[in-house]
Amino acid sequence: MLREALLIARKDLRVEWRSKVTLGHVAPLALLILVVFAFAFDANARLLELGAGGLYWVAVLFGGTLLIQRAFDVETEDGNFDAFRMSAIGAPSLFLGKSLGVFFQIVLLELVLVPGVVLLYNVRIENWVLLLAAAVGGTLAFSVCGVLWGAMAAGLRVRATLLPLLLVPVLAPVLLAGSRAFETALGVRAEAGWTWTSLMFVIAAVHTAIGLGTFGFLLEEG
Amino acid sequence: MAQVPDTKYMTATPATRVLGAVALVAVVLMVLLGLVVSPADVVQGQAVRMLYLHVPSIWIAYGAFVLTSLSSALFLMRSRRRHDGGRHYDRLAGSAAEVGVVFTGITLATGMLWGRVTWGTYWQWDARLTTTVLLFVTYLGYLALRRLPADPMTRGRRTAAMALISFVNVPIVHYSVDWWRTLHQKASLSVGRRPEITGEMYWTLLYSTLAVTIVASWLIVHRYRVIRLEELRDEEALEALIASRLKEDDVQA
Amino acid sequence: MSTVVNFHKVVAVAGGFPVLAGLDIEIAKGEIVHLRGSNGAGKTSFMRVCAGLIPISEGDANVLGFDMRDDRRSPRRHIGLLGHDNHLYKDLWVQEHVEFRAAATGAEAGDAGAALRRVGLSDRLWSVPIERLSAGQRRRVAIASMLVGRPQLWLLDEPHAALDHEGRGLLDEILVEAASSGATVVFASHERDLSKSVATRVVTLRGGRLSEDSGAA
Repeated sequence: MLREALLIARKDLRVEWRSKVTLGHVAPLALLILVVFAFAFDANARLLELGAGGLYWVAVLFGGTLLIQRAFDVETEDGNFDAFRMSAIGAPSLFLGKSLGVFFQIVLLELVLVPGVVLLYNVRIENWVLLLAAAVGGTLAFSVCGVLWGAMAAGLRVRATLLPLLLVPVLAPVLLAGSRAFETALGVRAEAGWTWTSLMFVIAAVHTAIGLGTFGFLLEEG
Repeated sequence: MAQVPDTKYMTATPATRVLGAVALVAVVLMVLLGLVVSPADVVQGQAVRMLYLHVPSIWIAYGAFVLTSLSSALFLMRSRRRHDGGRHYDRLAGSAAEVGVVFTGITLATGMLWGRVTWGTYWQWDARLTTTVLLFVTYLGYLALRRLPADPMTRGRRTAAMALISFVNVPIVHYSVDWWRTLHQKASLSVGRRPEITGEMYWTLLYSTLAVTIVASWLIVHRYRVIRLEELRDEEALEALIASRLKEDDVQA
Repeated sequence: MSTVVNFHKVVAVAGGFPVLAGLDIEIAKGEIVHLRGSNGAGKTSFMRVCAGLIPISEGDANVLGFDMRDDRRSPRRHIGLLGHDNHLYKDLWVQEHVEFRAAATGAEAGDAGAALRRVGLSDRLWSVPIERLSAGQRRRVAIASMLVGRPQLWLLDEPHAALDHEGRGLLDEILVEAASSGATVVFASHERDLSKSVATRVVTLRGGRLSEDSGAA
């Protein structure tokens, strides 16, 4: 199963490498969102510093949703959804592979966003380990939830508008936890960063279990 | 001359007419008890009366969600065994969800009005309100998914999967939002504290919960029947299409 | 087992419309079946039902030994479906795409090269991104992707469309080779003269049912 999942993930990353959507389109857009927040907050340095942890994750939410849409666009254009469903590869492997692919793409996005936040909002990273752990946990949760819910909406014509509506309430706790953990790591707040981080890993684990069990079913009814 | 409608297409039965009458009486009584008979609160004054609608609405909001999830699970189990099985569970899930979203909306609206009067603001980021908003949006997503055209079994399975997966998410959301607010509660005043309910107010609240539950049940039953009629209409249309396909074949051959 | 597809009074509904309205058909192993019929007759739907992508509402259907009412997923790994679209990952290079499809079906990576050569795509094109190819070249890549999976049942929807004369000849050869090595081929096509060259049997659908059948070979 792992071999097949890696096959799918490699294919997705290769598509990404050739099309350069994450680095070329989504990352610049997410950076722009950070700038736009400054407009919204009237460049109030104190507010931006206090809110940096949360604003970061909102930018990830925005970019991540686009990347998840893209991950399923690739599988549904040119009649590919049929090919996806016809695949000899088992549904759990498809789920894992897609999640891995999305995970690495969002990580790429975050590699741009972290320096972006540090520079634009003038924050310092007090706790690198916590920041890294929180980023990984949150990204894992994003990827797994995104692929799971993306499958639910995958075959639908109105996917582009429906998927965010379905996905965001599910991701709300991740957003919550990620923001608090980041605030602790950035020294803005001094509480419970590791507990919030563990929560994100738990969310990721729960949705991975659900995904492995239900992905095949979801592909059929899409 | 007005045509008497075919009773097959009506959603009323003797049982639900009785239920409806009972619901109406119950609501009138509830209004009387809530607005007139029960006393104003020492601290909150007249605002406490809002809770007689707000609290039962919360109960229906969450209860309907549990009902939707339970029905979805039963639907999936039944649809496995028989090709067309379990449709009634799917209809129940859909009608409970619609009634649930209405009462979630009422919860939010009454909560906001109550908050305006007691706290001075329409909104407080307390755990209960925040979780209710997320539940509201989840409901809306579920209903949006239900509205997409598909044959009933496919649509039923798709939405049942969503309901169940959302259900798993509920404790996660509840826990994280709750914990988030308790962490911050130390900083702010004890806003959002519900009043101590005793005596007449307690009984009025209990009675109101009963009355609202009866109304919600009546709504769910009727919505269920409307869904059944909608499906009946679609089935009849499909049979007509199949029949016309067969005819087309004969005529041309 | 020599009967690959067995449909009995099959009704299938997709999007609220009865795409198959009582179809009876039996296809034996090794046949090359040419499906004909006007638009909307049910050719595409029939193939999708065979592939298990559309469920059956009434009737019985058996594909590759699997009862399509109980389990419409298991036969898929033995089936190759080529629709109107090409099912290609446009951003990948030709070779990368076919190698992926090969690996996904458990074939060797080297099989990709053989398949590409078989469809007449010169190796100069193998490192070209698919989105830069012409429609005919893409069709050939799609056929190669199917070839590499070595399916037992080939379902092709208008496969000759977009191919030039040489391409059509190649495709016909490939279909005959497939059938003689034990696979079964079903293709839908509007073209009339094909039935003379490749198909062992011509079936016409109308209104979601069987209208004419030149008979099993």
